[in-house]
Amino acid sequence: MTSNKKLGTFLASAIVLAVLPFVVGSTLGNSWVRTIDFALLYVMLALGLNIVVGFAGLLDLGFIAFYAVGAYTFALLGSPHFGIHLPFYIAIPLGAGFAAMFGILLGTPVLKLKGDYLAIVTLGFGEIVRIFMNNLNAPINITNGPQGINLIDPIQFAGFSLGKVTQIGSFTVNPVILYYYMFLFLTVLVVIMVSRLQHSRIGRAWVAMREDQIAASAMGLNIRNIKLLAFALGALSGGVAGGLFASFQGFISPESFGLLESIMILAMVVLGGMGHIPGVILGAVVLTVAPEVLRDVIGPLQMHTFGKMIVDPENARMLLFGLAMVVMMLTRPEGMWPSKRRQAEFDDAKKG
Amino acid sequence: MDIFLQQILNGLVLGSIYALIALGYTMVYGIMGLINFAHGEVVMFGAMVTITVITALSNAGLALPGGALVLIGLMVAIPACMLLGYTIERVAYRPLRNAPKLAPLITAIGLSIVLQQVAILIWGRNYIPFPPILNHDTIDIFGATITQLQVLIVVLCLALMVGMLIVVEKTKLGRAMRATSQNPGVAGLMGVNVNTIISATFVMGSALGAVAGVMVAANYDQAHYYMGFMIGLKAFTAAVLGGIGNLGGAVAGGILLGIIESLGAGYIGDLTGGFLGSHYQDIFAFAVLIVVLIFRPSGLLGEKIADRA
Repeated sequence: MTSNKKLGTFLASAIVLAVLPFVVGSTLGNSWVRTIDFALLYVMLALGLNIVVGFAGLLDLGFIAFYAVGAYTFALLGSPHFGIHLPFYIAIPLGAGFAAMFGILLGTPVLKLKGDYLAIVTLGFGEIVRIFMNNLNAPINITNGPQGINLIDPIQFAGFSLGKVTQIGSFTVNPVILYYYMFLFLTVLVVIMVSRLQHSRIGRAWVAMREDQIAASAMGLNIRNIKLLAFALGALSGGVAGGLFASFQGFISPESFGLLESIMILAMVVLGGMGHIPGVILGAVVLTVAPEVLRDVIGPLQMHTFGKMIVDPENARMLLFGLAMVVMMLTRPEGMWPSKRRQAEFDDAKKG
Repeated sequence: MDIFLQQILNGLVLGSIYALIALGYTMVYGIMGLINFAHGEVVMFGAMVTITVITALSNAGLALPGGALVLIGLMVAIPACMLLGYTIERVAYRPLRNAPKLAPLITAIGLSIVLQQVAILIWGRNYIPFPPILNHDTIDIFGATITQLQVLIVVLCLALMVGMLIVVEKTKLGRAMRATSQNPGVAGLMGVNVNTIISATFVMGSALGAVAGVMVAANYDQAHYYMGFMIGLKAFTAAVLGGIGNLGGAVAGGILLGIIESLGAGYIGDLTGGFLGSHYQDIFAFAVLIVVLIFRPSGLLGEKIADRA
């Protein structure tokens, strides 16, 4: 691509992203803008997990724990639960920092584990975090147990709150649109961070470790440090997304941080194209938006063709979703949009 | 003291069920090197099908003793689950045998979601009660109690596990399975039909899973479309704890995990001065797993295997 063409693509996508919430909001309604907001959150999560799974090749099935740590940190520091109301620019970095600390806490004992053993330990770690959040309401009430924490502060600065309908000139701007720009800004930051990382010394060290740990270590790489760095940086972006989630929803409970969520994020990475940033973004967007589209389509479609509901839409939605995951993996195990290197590896394997 | 004994007994019952399910995981892992994430759903289907058959027969007014009804239920559920296991392998795993390991993991998870949704379609989202046809008389052992049903569960589990060990260690099929697990390519050259052996492994594991599912449902008096998830997770933990791929390890890991969980749930309140209660039961499985893997990454009975990851 010539630099002119590149600039053109960049400007075009910037304009599309800038007007997207208004177009969607006025044509499809604000609930769809909300879905797009969630898609952005999942992009951040999937890119974080992609550092661990895609770049460093460490299978992590408990990634949601870092999202949970970020979310709970934000909620405890900005809600009536403890009566603390720290501003978001302190609470979110704190949450991200805590999440990164948890990443190192998880990473240290599992340094020697590989493959499925690593997967099952990280899964156990995720479950332990969730069980503690579910039960730390007695004897000292820290997390408020299964009821969760509500009335979490929206993001606000200089008297301006993202949680309220705002008038700009003659425009009425809904909170979901305000949050969209906040999320978009941070998503772009995360994308820049991970793509800079990928092509840095650290990124190449991760790839070397993923391909052959012994050879990498013989080349002088400190395996321990780069592994911990992968866990910490992945957790960091999970923590940021968690804090944003808490303020956006205004309510969190342990239910949002189950194993299924970890698996969904892993599915976004794998279905999109492991290790390939545009692929992972695509995977996250498709897997967030597709179930919502199905929700809107299945019910009316049944009413239209049969005149009554035959299958509960929620049921049919998950059924189709599971089937799609299976079919997708069977037909394109390399993902929807793999990197050139991975595509080549798969082509080689097919030739056998 | 009798609390201690009681918890040991509870743990033994729970642990032998874990062990039975863990065998299914460990056999598949030993032979193909992958986690069969959908195995928990096979366990759930076993329970659901049996309950359906029993309920239908009781409603039809058949005057049979409870044990016979359960047996008939099992006779339907076991072949059904075998078929399910076979289908899972054919659909989700066989086409991906040479793909990187994450691909079959994702298909297994997708299939797991599909099977749960199918269960909702058939049996709904509510808990299904196990018909009250079984004898719940208790036996006293030094002040601790155990029901006759639970004794039966433990005995049956042990018998099935011994049977499975004999099949794997002594029969021609077992020898072919062990050969395939060591090196599928060479086993094929020696005249072993690798596809048949892998199918046989799934089918046998699923049959054990079906029995285990009925035991779980009978022991807790209920079944639920989501029941396979936690129990599958625990059983897999047990398999890893014992050394995955090792049949004896799965049995030892399962029973050990059951006992640790029961003792943990019974004593955690006293140990922490009431700070943590018995609802932390689920933590033990994972905490023990993490500790074991840190100090003995190949599991308790696992040999040092070459890096398959």
